[in-house]
Amino acid sequence: MAEQSVTMAPGTGGRRTEWLAPLARRAEGVVLPVAALIAGFALFALFLLMLGKSPVDFYELVYKAGFGTAFSWQNTLSRAAPLLFAALCVALPARLGLVVIGGEGAIVLGGTATGALGVCLAGTPGVVGLPLMALGGALTGALWIGAVGALRHYRGVNETIASLLMAYIGIALMNFLVEGPLRDPASLNKPSTAPLPRSLQVGDIPGMDVHWGLIVALVCCVLTWVLIERTSWGFAARIAGGNVRAAQVQGLPVGRLIVGFTALGGAFAGLAGFYEVAAVQGSANASLAAGYGYTGILIAFLARQNPLAIIPVAILLAGFEASSGLVQRRMDLPDATILVLKAVVFVVILVSDTLYGRFRLFSPERWRTR
Amino acid sequence: MPHKILSRRAFLRTSAGLAGATALGTLPMAARAAGKLTVGFIYVGAKDDYGYNQSHAEGAAAVKKIPGVTVVEEEKVPETVDVTKTMESMINFDGATLLFPTSFGYFDPFILGLAPKYKDVRFEHCGGLWTPKDPKNVGSYFGYIDMAVYLNGVCAGHATKSKKIGFVAAKPIPQVLENINCFLLGARSVDPTITCQVIFTGEWSMPVKEAEATNALCDAGCDVITAHVDGPKVVMQTAAGRGAFICGYHADQSALAPEKYLTGAEWNWPKVYTGFVEEVLAGKEIPNFVRGGFKEGFVKMSPLGSANSDAARKQFEDVKAKIMTGDFVVFKGPLKDNKGNTVIPAGVSQPETDVALEKMNYLVEGVVGTTS
Repeated sequence: MAEQSVTMAPGTGGRRTEWLAPLARRAEGVVLPVAALIAGFALFALFLLMLGKSPVDFYELVYKAGFGTAFSWQNTLSRAAPLLFAALCVALPARLGLVVIGGEGAIVLGGTATGALGVCLAGTPGVVGLPLMALGGALTGALWIGAVGALRHYRGVNETIASLLMAYIGIALMNFLVEGPLRDPASLNKPSTAPLPRSLQVGDIPGMDVHWGLIVALVCCVLTWVLIERTSWGFAARIAGGNVRAAQVQGLPVGRLIVGFTALGGAFAGLAGFYEVAAVQGSANASLAAGYGYTGILIAFLARQNPLAIIPVAILLAGFEASSGLVQRRMDLPDATILVLKAVVFVVILVSDTLYGRFRLFSPERWRTR
Repeated sequence: MPHKILSRRAFLRTSAGLAGATALGTLPMAARAAGKLTVGFIYVGAKDDYGYNQSHAEGAAAVKKIPGVTVVEEEKVPETVDVTKTMESMINFDGATLLFPTSFGYFDPFILGLAPKYKDVRFEHCGGLWTPKDPKNVGSYFGYIDMAVYLNGVCAGHATKSKKIGFVAAKPIPQVLENINCFLLGARSVDPTITCQVIFTGEWSMPVKEAEATNALCDAGCDVITAHVDGPKVVMQTAAGRGAFICGYHADQSALAPEKYLTGAEWNWPKVYTGFVEEVLAGKEIPNFVRGGFKEGFVKMSPLGSANSDAARKQFEDVKAKIMTGDFVVFKGPLKDNKGNTVIPAGVSQPETDVALEKMNYLVEGVVGTTS
């Protein structure tokens, strides 16, 4: 969009507000979701009033527990790391018009691969072992979600259904491996792979209680944005996402794009699994299926599949989750309260999608000529 | 310009009021400080699941009644970084100094990882195996509920007509295997031809699979069903709906189907938790490794249901009395597993206190099912 308006600008010049024209569309992409978010909060406030609880208290608590203190920030950020990766697994295929909702499977299997590799690599120094484990986790995730892309392109299988069903298969496979061939006999009442040696564990960012996965996830978000917005690959993917036939007529390698983008998304989800095992759990076990993959879907949609927007949205959602405990304890509300808030916000954001292009205020024409 | 002069009386009145307000304002704080102890309870599932989490929440409710104790609770906390942050949040925001994270998976690495950072906080974990190399401010406690399951088996043995009883189990881990074995051994004390069919759902809480498993057991002819999953509600309702008798687990499920409910193996956390908290209030230390059975009040039975025969009631009471004296042993040789291997040689007996039982990896002869 930006490219078009830039090329058109010299021809139509004259109006003073000309410079606003390219910004208008971008503003729409920010103002509408933010307005929807606020509307969602307001709706949820009504829900709280119906329960006889104070919305002011509620939002104050959410702020305090999610963002109010240094501890709150660390709490929020340590929850954000896997969510960032999980959201990328949705946002990347979305550029091709694919709705992949099975990132959970790639996270779980990426984590399992990490745990298994950790057992094989015990004794190797961290500089060698950790990158290999990360690679293993990412490759496993890439294969899992890449397979969804391949099924879509070569066999015409619906990627949404396939990825969701494969997530269940992935979780079952993880349970089988962790309780069977990969089980550490010493893990009595919680079947797990053998614990990773200290040298093969990922530490915390100095001075913080948050592991390095957060930094890597942030870098991945930025790199993905560059890939999508600033490379010919990203451009081709957007064309294919807009109209597959047109892309094929142009001679774009649609198949390779689909498999490549889904696989890359899966690799990010696999990395989330890697950090869950190497930085949080210390071994692969059933706790890997913690639902990060599903929260990732919500984040990617709220961020309108923009990898940079994923960052603030993931942090916001992580803050919600961080506050859910305090909300339970102080306001005597059930755990599901935060889930309701997330659902309300999600629905409102989806509804707000129908409003794009409805406001003259955001139309580039409005600022060019009248 | 009008100038208001503050009279001495007004000044006194105002300052007295201010002082009063300040005192009032600090009162809740003072009360909280005088309340000496804030206790945090953390559950992996819902507090009202008719099962594991409810049994602990009942314990928390009893602790709430102790004067001067504040209780904070959080449910549905996954066994991930979430539980670490919940514990820290209770410590930082609520001032909790005694924590009961009740799910098995919270222990390693989360409690063991956090305890060294908060040396003044006591972490009490249910089900873990604390060893002397673990932090000193961590403790683990558990109950010999397998004895209560044995009593379930006695009632089941008397009630079954088909001589087949069924067990819906979550995962083939030692605690679960021990309960399955006890259920069958209890039933076999009535009639040695009884067999027990087990179905593992693979998950601690998966109501759909639990219902499927229960139906499958009923289809296979099992006429007494019990379960070891986090919330046995679905199993109990489904089985009773199919006409089978039921034995409860974790908490009292008799309300779900009183006419089919034989009895149930229940935790007695109210007694255990109030005991722990009173010890802490008295300035004493809770031992790091605590185990207890019927005698210590860690476990109890649901009241016997109306469906039990007189013979069942008599044997139930006899065995229970023997367990209370502490010299009743379920696992003694010769004992074979269901593959024909001898797991306990003749002459060896493993009383409930034997830590070896916490590493059980077999199903006894007569159990239809496999551990893997």
